[in-house]
Amino acid sequence: MAANPGTLESPRRARGPAFRVDFGPSGVRIGGKLELADAGALWRVLRTAVRRAKPPALVIDLEGVESADAGALALLVEVRNELAARGLRADLRGVSETLAPLVALYEGEEHGEPPPARARRFRRRARRKKPEGMVAQIGRRTVELGAGAKNIVTFVGDLAVSAMTVAKRPAAGHWREVTPLVERMGADAVPIVLLINFLVGFVMAFQAARQLTMFGANLYVADLVGIAHTRELAPLMTAIIVCGRSGAAIAAEIGSMKVAEEVDALRTLGLSPVAWLVIPRTLALLIVVPILTLLADVIGILGGLAVGITTLGLTTTGYLSEIKKSVVPFDVGTGLIKSIAFALAIALVASQQGFAASGGAEGVGKRTTTTVVTTLFVLVLIDTFFTVLFRTLGV
Amino acid sequence: MEPIVDVKHLSVGWGDTVLLEDLSFQVGKGEVFAVLGGSGAGKSTLLRFLVGLERPLAGEIDVAGKGAPDLDAGLPPFGVMFQGGALFGSMTVGENVGLALQEWTSLPPDAIRAIARAKLRLVGMEDAIDKLPSELSGGMKKRAAIARALALDPDLIFLDEPSAGLDPVTSAELDELLVTLNKTLGLSVVVVTHELESVFDIAHRCVLLDKEAKGIVAEGDPRELRGSSDPRVSAFFQRRTRHG
Repeated sequence: MAANPGTLESPRRARGPAFRVDFGPSGVRIGGKLELADAGALWRVLRTAVRRAKPPALVIDLEGVESADAGALALLVEVRNELAARGLRADLRGVSETLAPLVALYEGEEHGEPPPARARRFRRRARRKKPEGMVAQIGRRTVELGAGAKNIVTFVGDLAVSAMTVAKRPAAGHWREVTPLVERMGADAVPIVLLINFLVGFVMAFQAARQLTMFGANLYVADLVGIAHTRELAPLMTAIIVCGRSGAAIAAEIGSMKVAEEVDALRTLGLSPVAWLVIPRTLALLIVVPILTLLADVIGILGGLAVGITTLGLTTTGYLSEIKKSVVPFDVGTGLIKSIAFALAIALVASQQGFAASGGAEGVGKRTTTTVVTTLFVLVLIDTFFTVLFRTLGV
Repeated sequence: MEPIVDVKHLSVGWGDTVLLEDLSFQVGKGEVFAVLGGSGAGKSTLLRFLVGLERPLAGEIDVAGKGAPDLDAGLPPFGVMFQGGALFGSMTVGENVGLALQEWTSLPPDAIRAIARAKLRLVGMEDAIDKLPSELSGGMKKRAAIARALALDPDLIFLDEPSAGLDPVTSAELDELLVTLNKTLGLSVVVVTHELESVFDIAHRCVLLDKEAKGIVAEGDPRELRGSSDPRVSAFFQRRTRHG
């Protein structure tokens, strides 16, 4: 190679010899030690060499290389492949006998492959890396959405068939699991449901207290808390808590079983995964969510009572008798109707997402996140639907 | 040879992607049959289609003279051992083995436990009957999964990579177990593997799948196929790279 128009040394030179590059008219000569720790500097040098490269070939002379680690060699090979895709030849010269097999492995070169064939291969690879166009992205996403919708319809169909099978032949259900599920999803959730709903009732009463005092309507805090909590907030807040606890758990559990082939194993034992996994979980939620909602009704009203006694000068008897006057059984009933719909939504979304999991732990994590987000959206939709429906019906 | 598995012109794949096409082979009753091939050749995928977990793109599968397996129709006439064991994590080993008995027989619980214990003894796992799968090693999980697959005494068992990831001693013990079950019970075995030593030890016949050919490139006695003149076949059986 001709004399050197420019020399660049590794920034690690201060700590001892690393690598040295001399640019020549036909290529670069690299010497010293090629280490992964210097990869950033080496990569910049090689990019410069690639920009300066002129047809037909760039010569990369490695004769002065004392040692090279695998990562640094990978960069050299990548440059060679990039040049091949541009129709230029990159001649790696002076590769020691020790390093030659490693270079061949990094190139993934077919044995005996002539340079034009290699160039074609890398051009194809370069073409494949082209970013997807907007139309293609929209198309791909549409197809994915279509496939997702098809999966949901298939799941609902499977569920309906399994529910009928279990109804006809109760032995096909996995009933033993319902009791522990009720305990896990219901009893274990009681403390957090009570705490959150007490605070919700408390905050609602506290916010309203100032306005009510201005109008001398302190007692009406009971009406506000009683009706708003039983009809709206208790079922919704309870469902949100159950979604975060049990919905996520259902998706993660079924998703983990799916990726560990346990769902397939169930099928090869002649058992229906829907009957075995979904129906017990749905049933457990249908039992616990209304019960938790009832507890939430009571504790939310007590939250309002705490504010009534401490800041509005109400008596317990006065507050509770106002509650008795304003809250009719149908207020509690509408909340319970909503809670049943919420329970169904949580169970179905979580199970469907669990069965859709694939690809290991990351896939399970994604499906669990999707479960919580989708379910929260569905809960609000259902709540809106019922609120409008009850108002329209005048109940 | 009376076939227990009869595959005719089978094509398998996902959506528009055909992984293997026009596969035809038979597994005889009482035979240990190996499905061989390199990584990504489609061995485990083929097994999923053979046991009815997926629907073929084309072709016919007949298992035990009952046509293509329909897993939605009830208990299939075979047992399956999955690659990682696929034991149910919320159940003990004994409950895993006893599950099929509990669901498909009217045996009382103590009889189910006795049978589960016997099946676990068969695979050298009797002491683990009350353990959870998370407490077991990889080899123990696979052995427990074999016990579960044998719970209802099927005539045929499918095994997906039983020796993968096991130490040589455990692997040899598993092979010995399969040979014993085959000889004593007349159990037909379809095993997906790429462990050559295991294949030579236990398989009566095999098919070799090839990713590029998208099909079977060799069928027969593995000991005879070792000397095949086809470079794809000899490379596999002699552990050579295709370049020599």
